[in-house]
Amino acid sequence: MYARSLFPRDVFAELDRLQREMQQAFDTGPSIRGLTRGYPALNVGGTPTSVEVFAFAPGLDPATLDVQLEKGTLTIAGERKAPEVPEKATVHIGERFAGRFRRVVSLPDDVDPNAIQARYRDGVLHVSVRRKEEAQPRRIAIQ
Amino acid sequence: MSNKTDIAKGAAADKPREDAALLPPVDVIEDAGGITLWADLPGVPKDRLNLQVEGDTLSIEAELALAVPEGMEASHVEVNLPRYRRVFTLSRELDPNKVEAKFEHGVLRLRIPKAEHAQPKRIEVQIG
Repeated sequence: MYARSLFPRDVFAELDRLQREMQQAFDTGPSIRGLTRGYPALNVGGTPTSVEVFAFAPGLDPATLDVQLEKGTLTIAGERKAPEVPEKATVHIGERFAGRFRRVVSLPDDVDPNAIQARYRDGVLHVSVRRKEEAQPRRIAIQ
Repeated sequence: MSNKTDIAKGAAADKPREDAALLPPVDVIEDAGGITLWADLPGVPKDRLNLQVEGDTLSIEAELALAVPEGMEASHVEVNLPRYRRVFTLSRELDPNKVEAKFEHGVLRLRIPKAEHAQPKRIEVQIG
């Protein structure tokens, strides 16, 4: 309590702190690389035997997608071109992402970097990394 | 944090609303001959895409289908609903009977031409 505020009876400071703590409880905090809602959007999940990453990256040529796993960090990078706008055309709405992108996910320590699979279907890149054999749950027989 | 929404089921499990949907980002470009609309709908197979023109309303509805392994628990979710929906009002000079659609790698491209009578005509300005 003393360390937190030099003026412990400052109501406003206390309210401020309370508000910050509330916010932190709800948000996971912004990513160091900017907003969490970037391109591509990411969903990450796991099963006892694998880690699954879904990158929602529509409109790409899969050959230009760069997927790398290095030291437990999965990087998905590439570029998406803006649609061609003919001369004398008007852009009424321009919300779709265009340009270079890069997203990074840290994977758990127990993944096997040699057992990775990446598939691109319907504009979603699905990367599946198997967990190491020794890390998988095992039923132990009782003698 | 209870962040265990299954991607496949999406928010259907803890539905805030039965038909809550994601708003897909679009580009709309108009040239002399008509309008081209691009929409990002990643995760939607062709047979789950539903396009409708009714009167002057164009609606895009689509459902996600992902190959999620059985028993997967989500740990980080940015796409948190299982469907997309977006509705546009067409203006009268557009011809809803000649809409062309292409859907590839999760990107929908719609071409809505202008009706014959609405094609631009150059008007000669007389001086005198």
